[in-house]
Amino acid sequence: MVALTTTYMGLKLRSPIVPSASPLTRDLESIRAMAAAGAGAITLHSLFEEQIEHEVQLLGAVLDGSENIYSESLDFFPKLTEFRRDERDYLKLIEAAKAAVDTPIIASLNGYSAGGWTRYARLSQEAGADAVELNIYYIPTNPRVSSAIVEDMVVDVLREVKAQVQIPVAVKLSPYFSAMAYMAKRLEEAGADGLVLFNRFYQPDLDIKALETKRTLTLSTSAEMLLPLRWVAILYGQVQTSLALTTGVHTAEDVMKALMTGADVANVCSVLLREGIGKITELISELSIMMSARGYNSIADLKGVLSHEHTPHPEAFERANYVKLIGQ
Amino acid sequence: MAKHQMVTIDGNSAVTLVAHKVNEVIAIYPITPSSSMGEMSDELSAKGSKNIWGTVPLVAEMQSEGGAAGAVHGALQTGALTTTFTASQGLLLMLPNMFKIAGELTSTVFHVSARSLAAQALSIFGDHSDVMAARSTGFAFLASNSVQEAHDFALIAQAATLEARVPFCHFFDGFRTSHEINKIEPLADEDIRAMINDDLVRIHRARALNPDKPVMRGTAQNPDTYFQGRETVNPFYLQTPGIVQAQMDKFAELTGRHYHLFDYVGVPDAERVIVMMGSGAEVAHETVEYLVAQGEKVGVLKVRLFRPFNVVDFVAALPESVKVIAVLDRTKEPGAAGEPLYQDVITALAEVGRAVKVVGGRYGLSSKEFTPAMVKGVFDELKKDAPKNHFTVGINDDVTHTSIACDSAFNIEKPDVVRAMFYGLGSDGTVGANKNSIKIIGEETDNFAQGYFQYDSKKSGAVTVSHLRFGPRPIRQTCQITKANFIGCHQFVFLEQFDMLANAEDGAVFLLNSPFSLEETWNLIPARVQQQMLDKKIRLYVIDAYKVADEAGLGGRINTIMQTCFFAISGVLPRDEAIDAIKHAIKKSYGSKGDKVVQMNYAAVDHTLAHLHQVPLEGKVVNGPALKPVVPDAAPDFVKEVTAMMIARKGDEIPVSKMPVDGTYPTATTQWEKRNIAMEIPVWEPDICIQCAKCAMACPHAVIRLKIYDPEYLENAPEGFRHTDAKGKEFAGKLFTIQVSPEDCTGCGLCVETCPAKDKTDPSRKAINMTPQPPIRERESGYWEYFLNVLPDYNRTEVNLKTVKGSQLLRPLFEFSGACAGCGETPYVRLLSQLFGDRAVIANATGCSSIYGGNMPTTPWAQNQDGRGPVWSNSLFEDNAEFGYGFRLTLDKQVEYARELVQRFRGKLGNELADGLLNAAQLEEADYAAQRERVAQLRIRLADDHSPAAMDLLSLADVLVRRSVWILGGDGWAYDIGYGGLDHVLAQGRNVNVLVLDTQVYSNTGGQMSKATPRAAVAKFAAAGRPLAKKDLGLIAMTYGNIYVAQIAMGANDTQSLRAFREAESYEGSSLIIAYSHCIAHGMPQMNMGFKQQQLAVESGAWMLYRYDPRLTAQGKNPLQLDSREPKVDIADYMYNEVRFRTLRQSDPDRAAELLLLARGDARSRWNHFKQLSELDYSVLAGK
Repeated sequence: MVALTTTYMGLKLRSPIVPSASPLTRDLESIRAMAAAGAGAITLHSLFEEQIEHEVQLLGAVLDGSENIYSESLDFFPKLTEFRRDERDYLKLIEAAKAAVDTPIIASLNGYSAGGWTRYARLSQEAGADAVELNIYYIPTNPRVSSAIVEDMVVDVLREVKAQVQIPVAVKLSPYFSAMAYMAKRLEEAGADGLVLFNRFYQPDLDIKALETKRTLTLSTSAEMLLPLRWVAILYGQVQTSLALTTGVHTAEDVMKALMTGADVANVCSVLLREGIGKITELISELSIMMSARGYNSIADLKGVLSHEHTPHPEAFERANYVKLIGQ
Repeated sequence: MAKHQMVTIDGNSAVTLVAHKVNEVIAIYPITPSSSMGEMSDELSAKGSKNIWGTVPLVAEMQSEGGAAGAVHGALQTGALTTTFTASQGLLLMLPNMFKIAGELTSTVFHVSARSLAAQALSIFGDHSDVMAARSTGFAFLASNSVQEAHDFALIAQAATLEARVPFCHFFDGFRTSHEINKIEPLADEDIRAMINDDLVRIHRARALNPDKPVMRGTAQNPDTYFQGRETVNPFYLQTPGIVQAQMDKFAELTGRHYHLFDYVGVPDAERVIVMMGSGAEVAHETVEYLVAQGEKVGVLKVRLFRPFNVVDFVAALPESVKVIAVLDRTKEPGAAGEPLYQDVITALAEVGRAVKVVGGRYGLSSKEFTPAMVKGVFDELKKDAPKNHFTVGINDDVTHTSIACDSAFNIEKPDVVRAMFYGLGSDGTVGANKNSIKIIGEETDNFAQGYFQYDSKKSGAVTVSHLRFGPRPIRQTCQITKANFIGCHQFVFLEQFDMLANAEDGAVFLLNSPFSLEETWNLIPARVQQQMLDKKIRLYVIDAYKVADEAGLGGRINTIMQTCFFAISGVLPRDEAIDAIKHAIKKSYGSKGDKVVQMNYAAVDHTLAHLHQVPLEGKVVNGPALKPVVPDAAPDFVKEVTAMMIARKGDEIPVSKMPVDGTYPTATTQWEKRNIAMEIPVWEPDICIQCAKCAMACPHAVIRLKIYDPEYLENAPEGFRHTDAKGKEFAGKLFTIQVSPEDCTGCGLCVETCPAKDKTDPSRKAINMTPQPPIRERESGYWEYFLNVLPDYNRTEVNLKTVKGSQLLRPLFEFSGACAGCGETPYVRLLSQLFGDRAVIANATGCSSIYGGNMPTTPWAQNQDGRGPVWSNSLFEDNAEFGYGFRLTLDKQVEYARELVQRFRGKLGNELADGLLNAAQLEEADYAAQRERVAQLRIRLADDHSPAAMDLLSLADVLVRRSVWILGGDGWAYDIGYGGLDHVLAQGRNVNVLVLDTQVYSNTGGQMSKATPRAAVAKFAAAGRPLAKKDLGLIAMTYGNIYVAQIAMGANDTQSLRAFREAESYEGSSLIIAYSHCIAHGMPQMNMGFKQQQLAVESGAWMLYRYDPRLTAQGKNPLQLDSREPKVDIADYMYNEVRFRTLRQSDPDRAAELLLLARGDARSRWNHFKQLSELDYSVLAGK
């Protein structure tokens, strides 16, 4: 019998399949189904910094802007309105999820700047979350913002969160750091318990007729997995944090690859959106068969065997690979 | 008295705090200025605030004041302690029930913020016309003069009514008391408790209708007994004054504030006495004290209990020494021997045989200021051997010469009172900051504090003036400040618009927010203002508040900064304490809105003082620009002589002789008031424009116009005047121009959002783009003048009205209204004026559209080059359908008679002309032109016939050109208060066109729920989100089968809107158009999103587009045509762009989620229902 248990940020998980933050993990029924299907842990949908800070500012600005203008309508909304914030919904979801399933629950906070909103890490902990995943998502469009500034910003957010919680904290990163390994090390030093590679951005598309951008939501494919695969392989052994591979994990073979490069868990999202939550069970059983067929008895046996450190051809993960490819 | 006990609140709040404590049922309906009492009651109940019996009062919003009074009557009859709040026309609608409630000796208190009645014009402001119209109902009338008294008398009235069984009307002056903020001592719960006798409450309950002890009430009586029945109540009325006094005495024991039925202030041996009630009595009180100190033998008698009028107590309260009395009434009773209080005083004195000379006077109608100078003027008049009787004070009546003289320089302000005035824009937060300042000073210091706020007659670019007094004694000066020692000007442009320093005393501080450098600022201040500053030795302080706000991330909100300046300069509080207090207030105001907002405001406070500079005036020379005239020379005389005075805030100086006698005013006056309120205006780019005219179609203010014209008209065009070749083969060889009126634009940006044309090489550039106004104002004004006056309007008879572009070639006859910038109603109103304006007779329900349509000083209904244009009138809120129906009845009758006369004069007119007049089609613009020509011919041919019949025909001939009767109003009118009448009128089938501007709330009175409010929206009286689905007015109307019904949303489909207007108007029966109107009350982050929201509303099924045309039935076609598609967007994507929906997610996410599900269901079921209706087979009805 193959043992699929894994350890992720000190949490003992029964399987390495961890659904990532998505609309699916907004709903308690889906969370129950994921647990029943064998998910190792569940990352809840993201609570956005904008939701926490900007929403109330927006409401406040709209209300203030329409008050005390005309004598018959000095305001337009009942004064009763309190800004109780819909983040409380999120905390309630954590509580409900914890009550409903035994699977570890990871709260996901999405933002970019240090500030008041990070207190939601502590509130998530108080609500029962087993870990926090910080999705630090920033698009540095300003040419005066240097990579150093962006790096500091990410580290500051992590530090602020770490100062408030005892539960483990993972950082979900974008692939666009000039010095990814350096960044990973800095985050480790700042207290990250796990690194999640990589955030998959929604990229705007264009409407060439309307001369506008348009929002798109395309699901990932296995081909997109190669980028995180490379970086997990490179970082494995170089940082002591847990590693999660996310983006493009669609098949048991993808999961196997993730683990072999050194990930502790593989995050899944698009595949669940496409094929349903039951896919988790299928992945687990196929992974189990695959491992057994190749003689691996546990995750520990195969973890990192094809990492940069261990692979017989480490140059494949380096620039040399590029030279080879174009040389062909 | 302990400091912490005091609160600074307005009169309406002071009343509500008591009323909510001592009632079980509250039935209300919004009406200015009483609305906030109902709203606060609703909020208190929603928060679970309990009455003195430990239960939460039930608050119910009704469909009208008539409905509220009925509900109150019913609730009282079944034993609940019940109250209501109202004013003005609302009180009038309650009259029938008031007679019943009094006739049945039922204990209740109606709290009335007394307001003018609509006569020659509506007015929302305060006087006693309404309560005086109710004085025969049998209610007792108790008058409060101040915020403290309003609080106290609310309780005394309640205690008295329970004992007396006579119902009470507790009234206080609208705005002056209802909206004045003052520092008062609130009643403790135990005091309220002690005043209410529970035995009496239970007796009240025991009188209720109860099937266990059956009785009946409300019978019909006959000549044999009605009279005697009416006299049965006398003992109760006789006892009431004594009961009230006893309650006042008891109240004094509890609180130390002792009131009497009549309170006299003055020397005991006064010879001249004023008798009056209401807030003006406080001014008289303070003036009397001042005059007495000067040795004058004067006094004022304040009437508290006006009904039942107690003769004995009244006479007893008058000093024996009095020789002459002036009775001041704040109402006008044309034709009466005298106003009501005057008549009572005469009667009282006559009955006891006191021979004192009494004169009566009127003052303060519609919140006209009543000042110490006027009080002194009255006393001076009383010194004369033959003082004027039935005089007026405060105006210049140069027609019947009723007015008495006043010395406007007379002033009794004391030097230890800080008197500060602030001129701000509604949108810059000035009033909010001042309300905060009053709270800070009132509650953090020993000072007494008073705040009163003046608002604009326009809703966009609205100016506010705040009047704040702080001092060591209670402030009784219930009038605006005329000698200010501090004036804050929050907008530099006001310097050229108003005479702000007129009210500055010598040596006053003038705080100026200037966007210019310190060096430049003086040179840019208008010369007249510079001179005033030097003459009055003004201490000038300057700050660039916008810069500070911008640096702190506050955008245009300069309120906290200007507030900090006030505290820093005025020294009302030590500077550090003041800053702490401001920060405390910021935390209180913004704390719930997130830490960032608080921090930004803190930063603004901290940076303010470094940017605040005193500018020494020594050595300054007068070198500023000259002021421009208020209106241009080209304006008509009336506009120059009367309207311009109102615009310049000098309307008080207009004499009676200049005013129209019957409320009739010229139209087309907004064109003369160039308000320049837009920071940015749209500028047209001819090379990108596709000439779709959507910008003009969208423009709520009719400032974007297009013309197509022959090239020769460009001969003398100003340099750079924009034009391009007109697109479309019908316009071959012609030129096309879109021009914006720069000084009338409000800068809402709806046009730019709506413009579909983009620069292919730079898509951020559209065919119109917002551009800063000041640098291009002059150039664009020149273009506008040329465009408007030199380029010809397109010939109406040649326009293709089926297209949006065609419709926008028609001149708007509704322009530059004072509606909110980006208003969702006015694009429809403007379109109506373009299509039918030269033939339109418009009835307008009270509400936003009657305010932006008919509020002085300038009004937007305009005229075309022939001098034709819409005629417009407003009757009431509730009767608009009937009012418009009356127009139709007249026209139908007149047309019928005119046609009979045409037949009679066939010989003289000739058959061809007569047949043409009688039978020619009147459907298209060319038809109307031809018919007008026939009428002109008729006039020529009958010119020499002076027979009565010919004269009649000549006086009626105009109606032979088809008139277009329009009935306009909002959803509050159509769905609620006016629904009964609307339903009746529509059902009659006569040719009226109803346009419902559906904003889904009572917009004008501040966003109260109507039956048009959609499910899940938060509104006043629906703080928890409306739980019920929106009433489907269109569906109800369709059930008659013979009514044309259309539901439209211009932002979603402008062509459908256009088509609906044209079909409705052409239909020879009743038509109803329900128009989605985005509104400031929806809480969109920007008003320029309005059309996008309309589109989302339609795409999500929140709003369906359809037309139901009964004419199709006869063709065997289904009359219902759906113009929107099956919903494809989630309704949440529409809803959550607006605060009205979004706020519920904040306050109650579970309920928001539940209501969202229901709202989704509403959209689905609506679509399903209409879809099936539209698919019904009507072929069997063909030709029937």
